Amino acid sequence: MKNNNTDSRRKFLDKGLKLGLITAIGAVGLTKIASKLTAQTDKNSGDKMELMTTDGTIVVVDSSEVMEMEHAGKIDKYDVREGMPNRKFVMVIDLAKCTNELKCQSSCNTNHFVTGDHSWLKVYKMQEDTDTAPYWMPTTCMHCDQPACVTVCPVDATFKRRDGLVLIDTERCIGCRFCMAACPYSTRVFNWSEPNQGKIIMDMGDETNRPAAEYAGLPSIKGTVDKCDFCPHKIKENELPHCVTACPNGVFYFGDKYEDTVTNGEETLVLSKLLADKHGYRLMEGLGTKPNVYYLPPVDRLGDFEEGLERYTEFKSVDKPK
Amino acid sequence: MKNYDKLLHDLAPQKFGKKGVIWTISLVVLIVLGIIAYIDQIIRGQMVTNMNDYALWGVYISNFVFFVATSFVGTVAVAVLRLTNNNWRTPIVRIAEIIAVAAIIMAGITIMIDMGRPDRLLNLFIHGRMQSPITWDVIIIPTAMMVCLLLLYFPLLPDFGLLHKHYEDKKPKLSKWYGRLSLNWTGSDAQKALQHKSIQIIAILIIPVGFMLQTIDAWLFSTLYRVGWDSTNLGAYFISGASVAGIGALVCVVYVLQKVYKLEDYITDLHFDKLGKFLVLVCLIYLYFNLNEYLIPQLTSKKGSTTHINVLFKGEYAPLFWFVTIGGLIIPVIVLLFKQGRKPLPMFLIGLLVVAGSWWKRYLIVTPTLLHPFLPIQGVPESWHHYFPSMHEWLITIGTLAMALLIITVLVRYVPIVPIQKTADEQEELQLNKITKS
Ligand code: SF4
Ligand code: SF4
Ligand code: SF4
Repeated sequence: MKNNNTDSRRKFLDKGLKLGLITAIGAVGLTKIASKLTAQTDKNSGDKMELMTTDGTIVVVDSSEVMEMEHAGKIDKYDVREGMPNRKFVMVIDLAKCTNELKCQSSCNTNHFVTGDHSWLKVYKMQEDTDTAPYWMPTTCMHCDQPACVTVCPVDATFKRRDGLVLIDTERCIGCRFCMAACPYSTRVFNWSEPNQGKIIMDMGDETNRPAAEYAGLPSIKGTVDKCDFCPHKIKENELPHCVTACPNGVFYFGDKYEDTVTNGEETLVLSKLLADKHGYRLMEGLGTKPNVYYLPPVDRLGDFEEGLERYTEFKSVDKPK
Repeated sequence: MKNYDKLLHDLAPQKFGKKGVIWTISLVVLIVLGIIAYIDQIIRGQMVTNMNDYALWGVYISNFVFFVATSFVGTVAVAVLRLTNNNWRTPIVRIAEIIAVAAIIMAGITIMIDMGRPDRLLNLFIHGRMQSPITWDVIIIPTAMMVCLLLLYFPLLPDFGLLHKHYEDKKPKLSKWYGRLSLNWTGSDAQKALQHKSIQIIAILIIPVGFMLQTIDAWLFSTLYRVGWDSTNLGAYFISGASVAGIGALVCVVYVLQKVYKLEDYITDLHFDKLGKFLVLVCLIYLYFNLNEYLIPQLTSKKGSTTHINVLFKGEYAPLFWFVTIGGLIIPVIVLLFKQGRKPLPMFLIGLLVVAGSWWKRYLIVTPTLLHPFLPIQGVPESWHHYFPSMHEWLITIGTLAMALLIITVLVRYVPIVPIQKTADEQEELQLNKITKS
């Protein structure tokens, strides 16, 4: 329904308001120049902001240089099923650094109001064989390019966007759980009872603060499926997902495949080089799901595996937010 | 005409005796309990089941698969019995079609019980997408339902006509109903030709529809990357398994009806003998597919499949697995190979065993696979490592089974189970043969 509305609105714009549109573009141009001017003349606010430029480097700019204008324009065009234009998000997880701190998990749970016995992010205690060393392996949704979950969904409630994200429309999901059976990474969780999340308001950057259903699959709804959403509400603000920023060891790198860069907030790396140098791989490559989450093998460890054991609970994920 | 009188007396639907009434009432009670449990499930969410994020499907789905499988008996009956014109089939085919109708209706209902949001059922039509095997199911189940109903209905027309006349004086109300159902059957040649043609078309239609139904049901699983489902063999495996379940159910129902309605003259030892041979055949075919499913992966011993199979062979599910394999397949084959084993009573007992085996077999297809995903189960409550249906799930499942039996019961109460007209025609033919011979 929502899509239809925007479509017809767009057509209307195209047909009737061509002249107006030209004026509008002119106006945007003018405001741009104007704001540049003001930015130059204004005193710097002293509020610094980290941004990723098109060539992938992180620059620190004064927040007064960030223009509101473009932002609003993007929101208008934002179609939840299409995603953000010309982006392709990836994650790299460096297993050599993970010591099962579980900060990622609790941050993800808190920020997504996860109330069930499950969590969207899991940290597995892995050991391939008796003669290989054990390691900790965090998993999120792999946001596969050939997502098994999307293929089997009978009502298109779970969908793949151009920017790589696989999201769930919890207003449409019929709760058949076919996608859960299809996902080889067991990443999907189900709301078996009323989630009782309370009121969820996320600031999506537009005029009204509203529940962020079409952005992040929130709030959770009884009888429907949830999973890691790659935090589109954070990406839109040019921020990193909760798990990335929460990890004290910098295990998670997040970035854009088209720009060939990933960052964990501290260092920014060239994705292709990182994967080549460190022999990055994807989980269950043989299935052909083409995940967008890459792993760096647990070699040259930075932490001790044993340390993580204290925090490991076999039958419980981390504490839930109150 | 005299002929008809005796036949009508024997074969016209009879009022239930005391036992029949008690039976019907107990079924209704079970159904009501199931409905109460289901309402509770809707209110509280599927929390009331023992399903979890790993055992994400449970007894509802295996029960659904069982119903779909059982409905295959309609197809088998037609393919093997009606089209080949085996003349011993007459009393059996209609019972098979009654079972098929009951099973396919219940399959449609049970799949909805599993849905987390049954209130959004219409989304399947509003947003349905062709690439999902569930959408194929949404198309094929109603189709199969229609075909099964018509296949039961068309051959009934002349019998309804006869019953209309039969009850004209005694029970005018009932007679009126039969009259309506018979679509003003007079038995004219034109009507007969039309009826014959319609039956032929439907009988041919049900074969592809039945096979498609079973195959799609198998694809629900084999399109998923899971050890134990991800098999190219699964379609054929499901079809042969469905034949076993269907024929098993048929044997049981035929036996009960023979006893209750005293139809020994019409359903004889010969029928049981033939059905027994047929059951052995399908059991053997199914055994062959079972070997393919379980033994071959064991021999090639891929890591994932060996764990899965070891769980079945000697792990948590071993007792069930061996019950299903030995009790549900091997013992029936051995017993039915002997002539004595194909007498009505042993056949009935074997039929029960086969049906129970088939039901649990579906459970074994669904549950152990889900509990052995690719990544280990960690960081979830201990109870999520196992699955056994909860009270609610049992009540609801038993309710659906009772409902299937109730549909069969109601049908056999009002529908002549042994086709009257057809039997009359056949007897006439026999007599003619005798006369010409002597
Ligand atoms: S990891 Fe699973 S849920 Fe995520 S996109 Fe891939 S198949 Fe879908
Ligand atoms: S549970 Fe929901 S999202 Fe998953 S396949 Fe079914 S309808 Fe689609
Ligand atoms: S990307 Fe976001 S949703 Fe996914 S695991 Fe990290 S914090 Fe959770």
